[in-house]
Amino acid sequence: MATVTYDNATRIYPGTERPAVDNLNIDIADGEFLVLVGPSGCGKSTSLRMLAGLEDIDQGAIWVGDRDVTHVQPKDRDIAMVFQSYALYPHMSVADNMGFALKIAKVDKAEIRQRVEAAAKILDLTEYLDRKPKALSGGQRQRVAMGRAIVRQPQVFLMDEPLSNLDAKLRVQTRTQIAALQRRLGTTTVYVTHDQVEALTMGDRIAVLKDGVLQQVGTPRDMYDAPANVFVAGFIGSPAMNIGTYQVHDGQAQVGRGKVKLDREAVAHLKAEDKNHVVLGFRPESLDRVAPNSEGAIPIAVDVVEELGSDAFVYGEVPNEFGEAQDLHFSAGDSQMIVRIDPRDVPKKGDTVWVTIREGEQHVFSAATGERLSSEVKTEGSPVK
Amino acid sequence: MPLHITGAADAALIELPWDIPLSAWPEEHIAALPRGLSRHVVRFVRHGDAVLAVKETNPEIAHKEFSMLRELVRLEAPCVHPVAVVTGRTTRSGEELSAALITEHLAYSLPYRAIFSSTLRKGTLKRLVGALSVLMVRLHLLGFYWGDVSLSNALFRRDASEFSAYLVDAETGDLHAALTDGQREYDLEIAMTNITGELLDLQGSEDLDESVDPFDFSERLEKRYRELWAALTETSVHTSNIRMRVAERVRRLNDLGFDLDEIDMEETGDGTAIAIRPKVVDAGFHQRRLLRLTGVDVQENQARRLLNDMDEYWAWHHPNADEHYAAHQWLTTMFEPTIRAVPRQLRGKLEPAQVYHEVLDHRWYLAESAGHDVSMPVATASYVKNVLPGKADEHAVLGLSLAEMTAELPALSAEHGDAYEPRDPHANDNTHGWGGVPEPEASEPPQVQRSSTKIPVTHRPAVPGRDTADAGDGGATAPPTAPTVS
Repeated sequence: MATVTYDNATRIYPGTERPAVDNLNIDIADGEFLVLVGPSGCGKSTSLRMLAGLEDIDQGAIWVGDRDVTHVQPKDRDIAMVFQSYALYPHMSVADNMGFALKIAKVDKAEIRQRVEAAAKILDLTEYLDRKPKALSGGQRQRVAMGRAIVRQPQVFLMDEPLSNLDAKLRVQTRTQIAALQRRLGTTTVYVTHDQVEALTMGDRIAVLKDGVLQQVGTPRDMYDAPANVFVAGFIGSPAMNIGTYQVHDGQAQVGRGKVKLDREAVAHLKAEDKNHVVLGFRPESLDRVAPNSEGAIPIAVDVVEELGSDAFVYGEVPNEFGEAQDLHFSAGDSQMIVRIDPRDVPKKGDTVWVTIREGEQHVFSAATGERLSSEVKTEGSPVK
Repeated sequence: MPLHITGAADAALIELPWDIPLSAWPEEHIAALPRGLSRHVVRFVRHGDAVLAVKETNPEIAHKEFSMLRELVRLEAPCVHPVAVVTGRTTRSGEELSAALITEHLAYSLPYRAIFSSTLRKGTLKRLVGALSVLMVRLHLLGFYWGDVSLSNALFRRDASEFSAYLVDAETGDLHAALTDGQREYDLEIAMTNITGELLDLQGSEDLDESVDPFDFSERLEKRYRELWAALTETSVHTSNIRMRVAERVRRLNDLGFDLDEIDMEETGDGTAIAIRPKVVDAGFHQRRLLRLTGVDVQENQARRLLNDMDEYWAWHHPNADEHYAAHQWLTTMFEPTIRAVPRQLRGKLEPAQVYHEVLDHRWYLAESAGHDVSMPVATASYVKNVLPGKADEHAVLGLSLAEMTAELPALSAEHGDAYEPRDPHANDNTHGWGGVPEPEASEPPQVQRSSTKIPVTHRPAVPGRDTADAGDGGATAPPTAPTVS
């Protein structure tokens, strides 16, 4: 067991100027499940491979426990990459499938048997150890494959998009199994995915990266309730947060025809370079339907209603007939809104619904820097539906 | 999403039954079923004259592997050629189907399990592991990290008395500008683990020769890989005679079958010595020479063998002619007639260059047994009559173990292989170059002590009317029926 520390770790690919990973600092606790998440090209896989020893670390260092592994060969780092798909050899027993790689590493026989038995116990495979893989179900075979990594008893497990070649249903099952198994083993694990739902459901903490730069590290709840900037706000959550840039008058944001009273603390943080604009975000479930033309209400013209049984979502637009809107610079999609509504009272396409943002559920960001200005949003329940 | 095929300009691909899951494709399309376990459904499909491998997977993986293979082909890496990616497949009732990656089956390539008939012997295994280590080095030089090196994930082609290996599955790989030591080390570690696993599995099914220790071979792979990598990339430091050192280094690389495109020479810090480092090396030194001289495109060791024969022919018959003239003469009087002497029905057995190599070997056995030289036409006739018919057809041996064995498998049912007989690519079978081929003297080939295939004929009996004093060792005499050129 060990902690993992990225200490200003930087990777610059030869021939490029912009670092693929730029001064990454993360402290991962012993036994923690940390998920690196971000869009493709954000540096998440590179960060993982730096820890694995597959990418050079051009500046900074990486520590496993109290050992600096920056210049240590992969096999001497005491780290196991868990494969997407290990081969299972049909003519070898389950025990041999799990343990043979230890024999290459010259671990003695009794020790191998003991480690295999320990792993089998955790994986519920004890009674199958002397059977051939043919006798196992698909899920059991997958656990045998996991067993190959477990018997190595590494300090850290690394997983790079391990579910990417599974179909949607199996992906959901397997991610639950991996998370549960990691908790039973208590081995520090770093997991890479591009899928924010996977990140939210699996990680003790999540690190969001973009363009090689760490945006935020925190628990799934932190990321959901207090995204540190506009990027994280838009990336985490499904359906995505409504985000737009709006002009501010007297502490109110002009959203279409509606005037939304902004969080006072956030307005106080506005600076000259924001030029009286804010980026305002609110989640689809933070909206209440109100009577037309209520104070602070935003009108939304309904395009599509998506009914999911327990929930319903309105996809619509903020009508832009308000005169001043001509001067506003809505970026593409700013006027597109998603609202969660009561599934027993759904509007029709073409209707206009009026909504207000619930008290304390605004995410306000600087228009100039994209950094968060408002305090944390307190919501109940799980961030994942 | 409508059906979408990206890739080769081959309109006929659209006619394949994309609205049916690959596992249920009608037999008329299927060339063979891969036997074993697979992470994905894989089928070999007849398509005109070609055999295609079709693999079902998700669209991201299919596109990634397709573009990776395309890039590798552009870099002239030894790998299968990608044909197309098919996405947007639906059944007639509108149900979505997996995307598919189509690659071309590599003619005369063999999955490693097809190389041995009963048990895998040490010698064969050594050659397989040797080929795999060369493949790894070549891919690593190009900046390709494989991520899942194994015997199952490669295909092998006979290459004179060795094998050459080809990359089949690029799904786990990544292309970089250059690999870090960590990436190479890790790839090697995976290779060692996978090969040990594969050999232990063969041991489990009693398909491995008893004298083979699976654990020795992973070490062997490591050793071969490291030696070759060092020879190709190491910096050497010299204080004098730099020209000669460079020439030596180049020759050493050529002997290993590599060409040197660029070299780095740098004075050491104290200015007393010069460091030499090969910068760009490229496999296929002999291959390219043969191609340049004769237009015959074969594999490296085959080229080496053919070039030896050609050089010998040159020295013997046309010592004063230039290289190109001699090469042309060798091609039309030696190589082509030998290949044409193989009857049509036997041509699917081995590649032409491999046939030529085997005829040269056979000629050596005949000569040793007879105590005198045997002409090429006689050796060819004997080979065609006595040796070749006993060989397996290797033009399209498909999928005995192409399948990858993985954890998340839906089923472990064994599927049965089914050989597909391809159309004959060489439609002529005359032997006009020799004006008819003589019958071999005996109907059975002579039994000889086979110590090695690499020892040349050392005693050349005098051919009446010809002075052999200057022929030197290692030569074989010219076929008496070969036309002389004035």
